[in-house]
Amino acid sequence: MRTLAFDVAHLLAGGMLVLSFVLLYQDRISATLNIFALQAIVLSMSVAWQALIQDAPHLLATAAIALVVKGIVIPTALHRIVRRLGIHREIEVVVGAGPTMLMGLGLVALSILLVLPVGDKISILAREDLAFALAVILLGLLMMITRHNAVTQIVGFMSLENGLILAASGAKGMPLVVEFTVAFSILIAFIVFGVFVFRIRERFDTVDVGALDRFRGERRDQP
Amino acid sequence: MTLPFDIEPLYAILLIPAAACAVLTLVPYYRLGALINVLACGATFAASAMLLTVERVRGDIFIIDDFNIYLVILTTFVGFTTAIFSASYIGHELETGRLTPTFLRFYHALYQAMLGAMNVALVANNIGLLWVGLEVATLTTVMMVGLYRTPEAVEAAWKYFILGSVGIALAFFGTILIYLSAQEALGEGLPAMAWDVMRQNASKFDSRLLSLAFVFLLVGYGTKVGLAPFHAWLPDAHAEGPTPISAVLSGLLLNVALYALLRFKMIMTANTATLDVGLIMMALGLISLVFAAFMLYRRRDVKRLFAYSSIEHMGIMTFAFGIGGPLANFAGLLHMTMHSLTKSAIFFAVGHIAQVKGTQRIADIKGLSVTHPALAIGLAAGVFAIAGLPPFGVFTSEFMLVSSTFARQPVLAVVLVFGLIVAFGALVWRLQDMLFGEPTGSAGQVKASYVPLFVHLAIVLVAGVWLPEPVVQWFKAVAAQLG
Repeated sequence: MRTLAFDVAHLLAGGMLVLSFVLLYQDRISATLNIFALQAIVLSMSVAWQALIQDAPHLLATAAIALVVKGIVIPTALHRIVRRLGIHREIEVVVGAGPTMLMGLGLVALSILLVLPVGDKISILAREDLAFALAVILLGLLMMITRHNAVTQIVGFMSLENGLILAASGAKGMPLVVEFTVAFSILIAFIVFGVFVFRIRERFDTVDVGALDRFRGERRDQP
Repeated sequence: MTLPFDIEPLYAILLIPAAACAVLTLVPYYRLGALINVLACGATFAASAMLLTVERVRGDIFIIDDFNIYLVILTTFVGFTTAIFSASYIGHELETGRLTPTFLRFYHALYQAMLGAMNVALVANNIGLLWVGLEVATLTTVMMVGLYRTPEAVEAAWKYFILGSVGIALAFFGTILIYLSAQEALGEGLPAMAWDVMRQNASKFDSRLLSLAFVFLLVGYGTKVGLAPFHAWLPDAHAEGPTPISAVLSGLLLNVALYALLRFKMIMTANTATLDVGLIMMALGLISLVFAAFMLYRRRDVKRLFAYSSIEHMGIMTFAFGIGGPLANFAGLLHMTMHSLTKSAIFFAVGHIAQVKGTQRIADIKGLSVTHPALAIGLAAGVFAIAGLPPFGVFTSEFMLVSSTFARQPVLAVVLVFGLIVAFGALVWRLQDMLFGEPTGSAGQVKASYVPLFVHLAIVLVAGVWLPEPVVQWFKAVAAQLG
């Protein structure tokens, strides 16, 4: 099984996973956005490689969308938003970098243990891709949990979606409809997020989601 | 608005909302917008009723079978009545300045987009398209929940968005896994993702991968169903959004998510080597029921109260489909319909009550029976129905479920009945608080639309007393399919 096709796919998917780890401990927003853009670019390379080895040209469209939208357009827009809000230097991490990385390692181990033993009927390439993808998804979730800042939560969510596209492109012959709609839904998600960030900014003068917790509905009813 | 008859009803229920959504973004007058909204919903409902007259069809993208046809009709019907309610509701919101005409334009367009997306999810045969429909429906409701832009509404929408999209992301991963588990048996391409093809060939799937896929799908779509412990978004989203949205969230979107889950359960049960799906669903259902029943006692906000009641009822349905068998499945299907109609009726009443009293705090809503007898009757009937009192339809389905459970799992039946009684106590207690006592707040009249409220309650009442034979046959057929 040790072919060039396998090695390159492995390298790219592994690269995404490493970048997910890098995202976990970034402590400045602009750096986080840059790493995210890099991850999206690696994703597009990975999808393009899958298009080559699976002989599935429609995946090239998915790769192009990932590159343009998630690698360039969204990070640029977020950079602008962050600068306009004047928060490009701040970031809050709830858990320290050490424990977060350890949790991340645990999640990677979990995804390997979950996926590798069950998929013995699918090709080893697809199986390992799936394990990587699940790890990226779980690390995205972890990032959403450990961050309190609305913008970095967005990045966590989009990193999670990177994992989803990696998984979808690894599943050989999965119909085009799905990939296109996934890419499309990311756009919608971004619009929603943009609206929200704007509103949160407008109301609270901070994009710290923690500020929202004060307004829990039940609490306001108590004397 | 008449339908050109050469268009298949199947496409009509998807195209009408899409066209109406586009038109509504261009209409600046809110009265006209509300009118178009009602007309479009009515036309969609008419088209869905026409589905009954044409043959059942299947393709790789769309499917119409006994199971989804009744949910399509239910969805478009409640969508239609809620649009009528909404038309009278929003006038008041404009007067009090909680909404502006610009936002209403947005609101009406989103309403159509949501209904269209739910129809897509319901008629989808492609499991990827099913996912897309639910995702779009979720995103539109997120925006509508945040529509008031108060700090509470923004928090609720944010929370709903984060939890909802994580759920939906996990569901997508589950969808990929289920495709991979089918790959050996079905190969590649569009037919390999068609639900009916998958179900026929499920016995040839890789059962371990299929089991793993279902875990992701259960957590993903289960979040959208509002099952405990994934329910955290639900009470906030119900309480802070406009009341018509609470009505469709509870009455429709939760149902559609449960429907998605059931479709995958049907694939799972066709493969005997997978994990026991029924057991997991029974456990989650009972946990949701008992948890929500106790949470009902601590609620001070009337919309939150009924949001927890929705969690309770989704728990009951999940339990019913988990235990399975013809009788319990029948009870589950009936309960889906009855809950949907009753809960939206309750939200219609609550919406007008909250408007006239100017608050959602239960403590500040007193003496309704004196100040607003018609609303009080509507609310009381709704609460009695949802609490499971005869002669309403919810009683019928709960009774069937309890008796079927007693016959098969007596211990679980005790838990089930316990949960039902606890919830009953809380609901009646809170209802008493609101109906009687020294009247508080304004006694002014509302320009309420009583028609949707009492039509829903009348259907629930009739269904409780006498269920027409064709409907019974139909539910029986679907219950048998569900396994």
